[in-house]
Amino acid sequence: MKKKKTMKFSIPEEEFMNPGHLACQGCGATLAMRYVLKGVGGRTALSIPACCWSVIDGPFPYSSLDVSIFHCAFETAAASASGLKAGLEMRGDTETTVIAWAGDGGTVDIGIQALSGAAERNEDILYVCYDNEAYMNTGIQRSSSTPYGAWTTTTPVKHFKNRPKKDIGAIMVAHEIPYVATASIGYPEDLVKKAKKAKDIQGTRFLHIYAPCPSGWKSRPEDTIRLSRMVVQNGIFPLYEVENGDKYKMNIKPREKKPIDEYIRLQGRFRHLTEKDIEQMQKEVDKKWERLLKKCEASNK
Amino acid sequence: MRKVIMGNHSLSYGAMLSRAQVIAAYPITPQTQVVELLSEMCADKKLDAKFIKVESEHSAMAACLGASLAGSRTFTATSAQGLTLMHELLHWGSGGRMPVVMGNINRAMAPGWSIWSDQNDSLSQRDTGWMQFYCASNQEVLDTVIQAFKVSEKLMIPSMVILDAFTLSHTYEVVDIPDQEKVDEFLPSFDPPIKLTSDDPRAFGGLTSSEHYFELRYKLQKDMEKAPALIEKTGKEYQDLVGRYLGAVEKYRCDDAELILVTSGTMGYTAKVAVDELRKEGIKLGNLRIKAFRPFPFEIVQNTLKKAAKVAVVDRNISYGYHGIFYQEVKSALGGSDSGPGVFGFITGLGGRDITPSSFKEIAQYALKKDKPEENIVWIGVKR
Ligand SMILES: Cc1ncc(C[n+]2csc(CCOP(=O)(O)OP(=O)(O)O)c2C)c(N)n1
Ligand SMILES: [Mg+2]
Repeated sequence: MKKKKTMKFSIPEEEFMNPGHLACQGCGATLAMRYVLKGVGGRTALSIPACCWSVIDGPFPYSSLDVSIFHCAFETAAASASGLKAGLEMRGDTETTVIAWAGDGGTVDIGIQALSGAAERNEDILYVCYDNEAYMNTGIQRSSSTPYGAWTTTTPVKHFKNRPKKDIGAIMVAHEIPYVATASIGYPEDLVKKAKKAKDIQGTRFLHIYAPCPSGWKSRPEDTIRLSRMVVQNGIFPLYEVENGDKYKMNIKPREKKPIDEYIRLQGRFRHLTEKDIEQMQKEVDKKWERLLKKCEASNK
Repeated sequence: MRKVIMGNHSLSYGAMLSRAQVIAAYPITPQTQVVELLSEMCADKKLDAKFIKVESEHSAMAACLGASLAGSRTFTATSAQGLTLMHELLHWGSGGRMPVVMGNINRAMAPGWSIWSDQNDSLSQRDTGWMQFYCASNQEVLDTVIQAFKVSEKLMIPSMVILDAFTLSHTYEVVDIPDQEKVDEFLPSFDPPIKLTSDDPRAFGGLTSSEHYFELRYKLQKDMEKAPALIEKTGKEYQDLVGRYLGAVEKYRCDDAELILVTSGTMGYTAKVAVDELRKEGIKLGNLRIKAFRPFPFEIVQNTLKKAAKVAVVDRNISYGYHGIFYQEVKSALGGSDSGPGVFGFITGLGGRDITPSSFKEIAQYALKKDKPEENIVWIGVKR
């Protein structure tokens, strides 16, 4: 008799996130949380500033997560996490992983001062930025993480975002913290692995996760995963990690870098762009991709 | 042990004796010596605490709130621009029931830049749900930090211990530093029944609908209403152990007074000198120094003032478009009775202009001369 084949899970089966949360269909931020907690495990406490996740978790007195949460002020994720960590340690708890869990606005805009301060002090926290590339909680306004060309309610099509996305990864690398990594919810194994790795490193770890928002991007909920893979394959959001400020490593290297056109066309927020605009964007993507490759090569020498 | 120390160091000693576990602070004149001494105390292991050297007051308060939520005793200190930068988080601390204790050095708000004393920084935090204690001596500062932790942790409401820039912060006075064992007996370690741990996961402060929010605020007020009795009780306990009573007010020669000055902070000390001098001239003057501004000790204020013919409230602050803030509070405490004393409001000393015994003499003479208040603000010492 032939042995029955059983499917092997490539990420931990244990769940720390429960049904009943308040996320929209196709929400990438939700998967980001689910995967990070799978990597880090249940002995975890989160500081969550104002962002979609302060809603997604569910209304008082409920919570959809099996870990503790400090819902904190918008600009304070990193400082609140620093305090949580110190407070827990003074009570003798050195085990709990403290995660500052913020959106892109809470990270690259209003929270960047507190984040920079915590990173410079090398606080023993894991900072996760789930990046949906705009202020979604308040109804799709631009953040400095919104990409060039995108429509938002504060960058209407006649005045679409005409500045590049702020490179928060590079900013964090410049702080020479032990670990900076990018991840995408389209690559769960890579994401979970990075979360697990980050958990075991001492000092400030920064994880930047690409997380589509169908409501804000005018994309189809069923395209969330597709977009999260394409964005890596076309080099717009490369998956890499940097240790101690200079050791770069590309984690997922596309066999052949795809053009950005299809990715752009799947999202209503880019609908107004002309062929020429997209060509210009492609050039920028290529330039940044080459720059990153060089850094990775230099690290391997 | 008796020691000559500055007001700022009284805050540091208070925090040390209270065995603060997490301190997060950012320097600002005239508060710097508070954090300098605390850093040393931590480095010398005189104090077993984590000192988070944050990049702003905003992060200082955020970190204190996180640490407090995790169940650690938490202290910070600031002044003026730093305090007002924290404003959003002050609401977070009281709304989240995090019993942080903070020293605030009263300093005038910019612009123009001023490092000198007035009360507009802390009084503009009036409605944040923090208790506020205005101190008049270095001894009182030290003792009040310890008492504030006790009251705060019992009620799960944060406190500010407040002292004037320079006239107290940088003034050296003899201070009795109580024995650690006595303080330990008075103030046991902090162990709130509900705190953030990973053993018993909870979400704190999430989305709260109108179904629940109102009750949370009702409970905050109800607990705040317990504070006056608790201040009294802990003040007596402290007296039994250490020998000094800590009350919500200080009454000085009020019993037979015809005119009572209402003061706060160090000017309440100066006022006593004026009381003694004017009494020699036959004027029956008294001084009620309000130490606890929140919770407002309205019963004591009512009972003390209602016997006098006149009351002169002296404010080192202003609510623009109305008048002095203590004046407003005192009028409201005495409100509703036609037979009560005439209440006069004076504003003086903004931006650190000196308040001297002769300021109070001028105030007393004005109030005695008039039958009843004619204007909302009587300015003392302003150049017009
Ligand atoms: C001090 C302050 N300013 C503004 C807001 C309003 N606000 C809440 S969430 C948010 C945007 C959050 O954007 P992001 O961090 O990208 O998270 P997302 O909502 O996209 O998940 C804003 C502007 C606030 N809560 N606090
Ligand atoms: Mg966002």
